[in-house]
Amino acid sequence: MTAAAPEAKANMGRPVPRYDAVSKVTGRATYASDMPLANPAYAFLVTSAISKGRVDNFDFDDARAVRGVIDIVTHQNAPKLKESKLFSNGGYAGTTIQPLKSPDIAHDGQIIAVVIAESYEAAREAANRVKVGYTVAAPSATFDSPGTTTAAAKGQNSQFKEDPKVGDFAGAFEAAEIQLTVSYDTPTQHHNPMELFSTSCAWIGDDLVIYEPSQYVHGLKNGVAEQLGIDADKVRVVNPYVGGGFGSRGSMTPRTAIIAAIAKRLNRPIKLVPTRDQGFTITTYRAETRHEIKLGASRDGKLVALRHEGAEVSSRPDAYCVGGTKTTTRLYACPNVDSLVSIVRADRNTPGFMRSPPEVPYLFALESAMDELAVKLDMDPVELRRINDTTTEPIGGKPYTSRSLMACFDEAAKAFGWAQRSPQPKSMAEGDWLIGYGCAATCYPTQMGPAAARVRLQRDSRTRVEIAGHEIGTGAYTVIAQTAAERLGVPLEKVAVFIGDSDLPPAPVAGGSNSTASTCSAVMMVCDQIRQRLFKAVMPSDSLTEKAKETVGISKAPSTQAAKSDRPLDLEKAFDALGVGVVEEYGEWKPEGAPLDSFRAMHSGHVRLVGGHQMKDKIAYAFGAEFVEVRVNRFTHEIRCPRLVGAFAAGRIMNPRTARSQLMGGLIWGMSSALLEATEIDERNARYVNDNFADYLVPVNADVAGVEVILLSEQDDHINPAGAKGLGELANVGTNAAICNALYHATGQRIRKLPVRLENIEV
Amino acid sequence: MRPFLYQRATDPDMAVQALSAAAAANNPLTHASAQPLAGGTTLIDLMKLDVMRPTAIVDINPLARGWSAIEPGRDNLRLGALARMSDVAAHDEIQRNYPVIANSLKLAASAQLRNMATLGGNVMQRTRCSYFRDVSYENCNKRNPGSGCAAMDGVNRMHAVLGVSDQCIATYPGDFAQALIALDATVEITGRSGSRSLPFAELHKAPGNSPDIETTLQPGELISAFTVSGRWPRSVYLKARDRQSYEFALSSAAIALDVQDGTIRDARVALGGVATIPWRAREAEALLKGQKFDDGLAQRAADAAFADARGRRHNSFKIALGKCVVARALQQAVTMEI
Repeated sequence: MTAAAPEAKANMGRPVPRYDAVSKVTGRATYASDMPLANPAYAFLVTSAISKGRVDNFDFDDARAVRGVIDIVTHQNAPKLKESKLFSNGGYAGTTIQPLKSPDIAHDGQIIAVVIAESYEAAREAANRVKVGYTVAAPSATFDSPGTTTAAAKGQNSQFKEDPKVGDFAGAFEAAEIQLTVSYDTPTQHHNPMELFSTSCAWIGDDLVIYEPSQYVHGLKNGVAEQLGIDADKVRVVNPYVGGGFGSRGSMTPRTAIIAAIAKRLNRPIKLVPTRDQGFTITTYRAETRHEIKLGASRDGKLVALRHEGAEVSSRPDAYCVGGTKTTTRLYACPNVDSLVSIVRADRNTPGFMRSPPEVPYLFALESAMDELAVKLDMDPVELRRINDTTTEPIGGKPYTSRSLMACFDEAAKAFGWAQRSPQPKSMAEGDWLIGYGCAATCYPTQMGPAAARVRLQRDSRTRVEIAGHEIGTGAYTVIAQTAAERLGVPLEKVAVFIGDSDLPPAPVAGGSNSTASTCSAVMMVCDQIRQRLFKAVMPSDSLTEKAKETVGISKAPSTQAAKSDRPLDLEKAFDALGVGVVEEYGEWKPEGAPLDSFRAMHSGHVRLVGGHQMKDKIAYAFGAEFVEVRVNRFTHEIRCPRLVGAFAAGRIMNPRTARSQLMGGLIWGMSSALLEATEIDERNARYVNDNFADYLVPVNADVAGVEVILLSEQDDHINPAGAKGLGELANVGTNAAICNALYHATGQRIRKLPVRLENIEV
Repeated sequence: MRPFLYQRATDPDMAVQALSAAAAANNPLTHASAQPLAGGTTLIDLMKLDVMRPTAIVDINPLARGWSAIEPGRDNLRLGALARMSDVAAHDEIQRNYPVIANSLKLAASAQLRNMATLGGNVMQRTRCSYFRDVSYENCNKRNPGSGCAAMDGVNRMHAVLGVSDQCIATYPGDFAQALIALDATVEITGRSGSRSLPFAELHKAPGNSPDIETTLQPGELISAFTVSGRWPRSVYLKARDRQSYEFALSSAAIALDVQDGTIRDARVALGGVATIPWRAREAEALLKGQKFDDGLAQRAADAAFADARGRRHNSFKIALGKCVVARALQQAVTMEI
């Protein structure tokens, strides 16, 4: 065992290497823009230099003079597209701002023209030579900018149904022995996946193939078909590998249908590779948020009142919000809870999912406030969490399916050396550096969605698994292959997995950390269908068939124990008995409590996730605890984070190697979010300023000295057949607060605004 | 990127000739139609962004045969302009006798960039001002003289507090130049009328009323070498930045001291990350010379270095930070073992 491949504890799969490891490190893995196209033309986007107003005129003389320019598409000559509604309103789009429809400009960097040329270089050069005349209107950039409007999220966002509340918050807070009222801010952030937001479109007759990095091939397929006004069966989206997504590729952006329609008109494949800075405005982002937390507690640390008010920025037309109060009002035992989420409309592109959308900003606020409360109580912050730990959530009184929060705290505290902390702020130092220790809870809802799979087994054990899942770097190929190999009892190397293609059976969006639970549950079910057929062939009597049913785990209980006691099936004998060379099964799986229209929605590219607090009589979350060491230079105030330790429990760990990798990436991301990442907005013109990798800071290797991931054994029989809780978005949630809490310990200064930079430290 | 003519110069004369061919279209140098290509780490970047639009590129890498030597002598140092940053940073004698040079190079950019970038190109690198680098902003006095400055009241956290004018507050981004200016380096220049040399301190020009003119180099001129007289084993380069590596300075200090019997006989103080050009803090040096070192003196020198600093909305913190960096760097230089 190595650090990269932790030993499998109880209820964990084997830490096998990634299915795609060699392909990736050798560069053989093909990403969307690597796909060969026959005689393609190249597109380059012209985006607006203003964020509100209109295009008055274009001067294309210089641009058209560039050799190789084929066409320049603007609102004056763009193909007509049908509108797509926002994904949360029954559509597919991440924004309803549809460029090239009119001269109007609704946000910075909106697509205003598409240059088509014989080469990428010619298209880019011509785009640079386009001159644009604007009428500029005064935009509202963000919170506090003149001209913004604010309204409660409830009632304007169909996915934000309720501001959770219970008991009598006002009375309980008023009467509380200890009261805390604090405000927190989080910044705009962009996903910046390594792979750019490319789109290639090729028509073969009336059939369209789209190569695009997408976290939801079935959503994109149906969305583009709707915008083009064609049958969804005519559209295929292919992306065997996605170079990171983090939510940015979960819903359809306007670029895809535009490129598809231009390719159709030109009767030629078109390849678009936007630049890094264009990626900041043609897709979504994490909007800036503001929070006010009120905590009332008794002197012994029991929470008696909790209120969380959040405000989030969105675009003018779209009421996007993440509304993380659904989590923060349920995390701790507290009888009197109140909350409110508001949306502030500004002249911005529409925000969207970004890794752990609700939990990152909202838990930063709550977990920072918990640390402040611990200080007020003169109590160890770990003990404050223990006192308020609960097995039922306070809003609906529903039990957590499993909750290992305090076990995570204890394991991580031990590994970190929390006991060596001297609790007084500014009491630890080494040389030029003040040292601070901090911790925070982390959690993420367990979610599942309907998924279909096709599995084909040959007499020689060769297995082919088909499911339109997505390899966004998480290890989807690997855990799907492991699941099929284990379920069918065939060697792992005999399993071939096909994902990332909308011609395959549909799987949900690779978002909300549902993929492993959903795809593996579907694959397990279909593997069981195959085994049933084989068992029937060799054990034709009724009683034996019944036994076969039991042993292959048709029941809802997770199969791990059952699988172990499975009678080994002689595959060749079974095939001979059946008299066939191949057995193939297709099946559609849906989670318990899925809505009635689940399968219909699945085939039409609509997401129907269930889980988290939305389950009928229970609530399902993965939990963890994170401990960090920060160092603050007493002269320059430079901040470094040499140690990140996290312990996590997430039901069945399918593969400790890929799980650790995900959680490690999450911890690093969380550190990045706390100390480095912010999209700077020029408030005068509502434009993003640092839209490149040199100025939008993320950690480099030298910033990441020590990361330790501890996987706790946890079994949960109440979530899904795979027994897995999503963990892709678990680790980056708690880190923001843990780091600010550690900074308080190092400096005695409480910083409530992210990211924390050296100029914010005043020791 | 716009089309350009690529030429490969195999000797200095050919390079000079190619670079000065269209003299009329070559002024000022920042807007010259012909640009030299060495490591390309600034030029190619800015061409892709459409900020620089040369019609001819003169590849001077073949000149490396004569222009890349690292020559530490008994009483001086000569560095060829085409020496790579990484080679100079890793050189034993540079590390021993000129730690301020070695560290200014080592703490700059990333390993990959240091392997490509040359010393001459390094001192000529252009500002990282976001508004300069984004051509969708009309108002940049560097790009479009007379158009105004978007950074002045914009997002200017990274901008300069020293050497600023009403026309420009763009920071000179490099590290190595601070070491050179501190050590009174000389720059050797090859041009149409042969070679000339000038103090490194006279190479860069503060923005004043013409931020588009960044150096005194004339079109057709190339830096061939840098020379430093004396040895400076008691020297440091301290760099404060947002992350541990691959990041520009928020504030840096290049310090070189000659301390004998506890008295500072000579002091050199240069500042990076805070000024529009490589910045020599002579007021600070004057305070230090002839004095016994203590923390109070370091603080007074640091205060003097920033006496004329002018902060704006987002970068005022650099004044306090810069003082801390100078004071700390002085302490390090005084106490370092040599």
